[in-house]
Amino acid sequence: MIRILLAFIFLTAPLHAEEVVLGLSKDRVDITTSFNGSEILLFGAIKREEAIPDGPPIGVIVTISGPLQPVTVRRKSNRFGIWVNTAAIEVDSAPAFYAVASSAPLNETLNDVEDLRHHISIPRAIRSVGAPDTITDAESFTEALIRIRTASGQYQLLENQVAVDSQTLFRTSVQLPSALVEGDYTTRIFLTRDGKVISQLETSIDVDKVGLERWLFDLSRENAVLYGLMSLAIAIFAGWSASAVFSLIRQ
Amino acid sequence: MLICEEKRRKGCLMHIYLPIAEVSVNAFLLLGLGGLVGVLSGMFGVGGGFLMTPLLFFIGIPPAVAVATEANQIVASSFSGVLAHFKRKTVDLKMGTVLLIGGLVGAALGVVVFNHLKALGQVDLLVKLCYVLFLGIIGSLMFIESLNAIRKSNSGTAVPKKRKHGLVHKLPFKMRFRVSGLYISVIPPLIVGLLVGILAAIMGVGGGFIMVPAMIYILGMPTKVVVGTSLFQIIFVTAFTTMLHATTNYTVDVVLAVLLLVGGVIGAQIGTRIGVKMKAEQLRILLALMVLAVCGKLAFDLLVMPSELYSLGVGGH
Repeated sequence: MIRILLAFIFLTAPLHAEEVVLGLSKDRVDITTSFNGSEILLFGAIKREEAIPDGPPIGVIVTISGPLQPVTVRRKSNRFGIWVNTAAIEVDSAPAFYAVASSAPLNETLNDVEDLRHHISIPRAIRSVGAPDTITDAESFTEALIRIRTASGQYQLLENQVAVDSQTLFRTSVQLPSALVEGDYTTRIFLTRDGKVISQLETSIDVDKVGLERWLFDLSRENAVLYGLMSLAIAIFAGWSASAVFSLIRQ
Repeated sequence: MLICEEKRRKGCLMHIYLPIAEVSVNAFLLLGLGGLVGVLSGMFGVGGGFLMTPLLFFIGIPPAVAVATEANQIVASSFSGVLAHFKRKTVDLKMGTVLLIGGLVGAALGVVVFNHLKALGQVDLLVKLCYVLFLGIIGSLMFIESLNAIRKSNSGTAVPKKRKHGLVHKLPFKMRFRVSGLYISVIPPLIVGLLVGILAAIMGVGGGFIMVPAMIYILGMPTKVVVGTSLFQIIFVTAFTTMLHATTNYTVDVVLAVLLLVGGVIGAQIGTRIGVKMKAEQLRILLALMVLAVCGKLAFDLLVMPSELYSLGVGGH
């Protein structure tokens, strides 16, 4: 029993030899009417009780993940001369936003087993279970999802973007796009040595619509009839007053 | 998508985040688009929905939001127009009501079809096919008709006016429409209203560009009451469509609608002034060319292999 306990302590001890301490430039993002994207600055330090271990330098990986949503990926093909959606795959959960920043190329800082366990790289952050029997190339659908979202800035692979000083201090910044979905943005920091995760920390950034945006959005969902009538009234009034003003100017 | 980069931050102070569309767009771009379409609609006396909705697709507004919001905007832009027509007594209320009954049923059907196809992932295709088909037909007919009119006015022969006694006079349920000076069956106006209602819901248009020719050529209404009556019917049908989209799809973006509207009303005033200075045939041929250009662009997109074969839909089936 004591032997097992000792072995346990021996095995877990290195996990706590180096720990991560984190600071965020902000832990909430307000979506206001003038919201046009936001930059999040992440900085931190590696706390240790002993000297810096020998061997390969420490790796730091930072991920920010937006709310998970199911996504339907559709593919067009040519039918009767026009391009029509003919095949679709439902991806069970994909983050609306995902950024992964690392201190070195990701395949050097992280091995596949750890990636599989912690869902760190972009393809691993997406969970897709079943594809219909009619579709044999399900991977090309998830690749397309990553390609489209990378092009729009929703998915970001930021290799070598985490700056590490003296194996102790690190910092990085992530640009959140203007087309941002509300929710809790899970932020994770991993310390790795030799491709293995030795310490990790999780926190979250709150992204919320505020003010007028919040009010309009809530009204449109919770009281749709009132929202619809209000939209009509505002639009009619705006249209009528704009033309009234114009005819006043003309006279 | 019009996402602003950090470097250009200073130049995009006027970006505005749309609460329902959930994208950030330049407010001046929206005002400008509204203004441009407003000028054209003022010049040609059309609602401009058939131009605005595709333009909104191009700047990255989600199609479902574009269609629903455009319906809301049309209500407002038609409102001041119909007031002016009421003053001039050029609205046939009785005919408008009959068209409206058909229109409301059509709009409800249209939203059902729209939501069903959205679930199947074919809504973009349906909307685009509708555009290509209707813009193609209307544009070609208008182009040929106005070419003939120009040729005739050049040769100096007057166009003979025929009073047709076709199908509209043979069907049952006849009704007298005093303002239009007609005594016809209610079935054709009901069907015209129904079809335009379906199109209004699916395409995000008022349907004036289909309604006006149908009223003149199928129902035989006098031209002077056609525009006012169609505006009267359009207001109610698009208001109903707006409510249906707002309550079933939550896709009406009031901020987007107001920005487009302000630009649109100002543009329409300018357009009306330009329109007065031009000949009717020239106006019609220009409008026909514009309709055909939009149709051509959409048809081209359907026929040419897209650069990205895949597309995403959030929320699954």
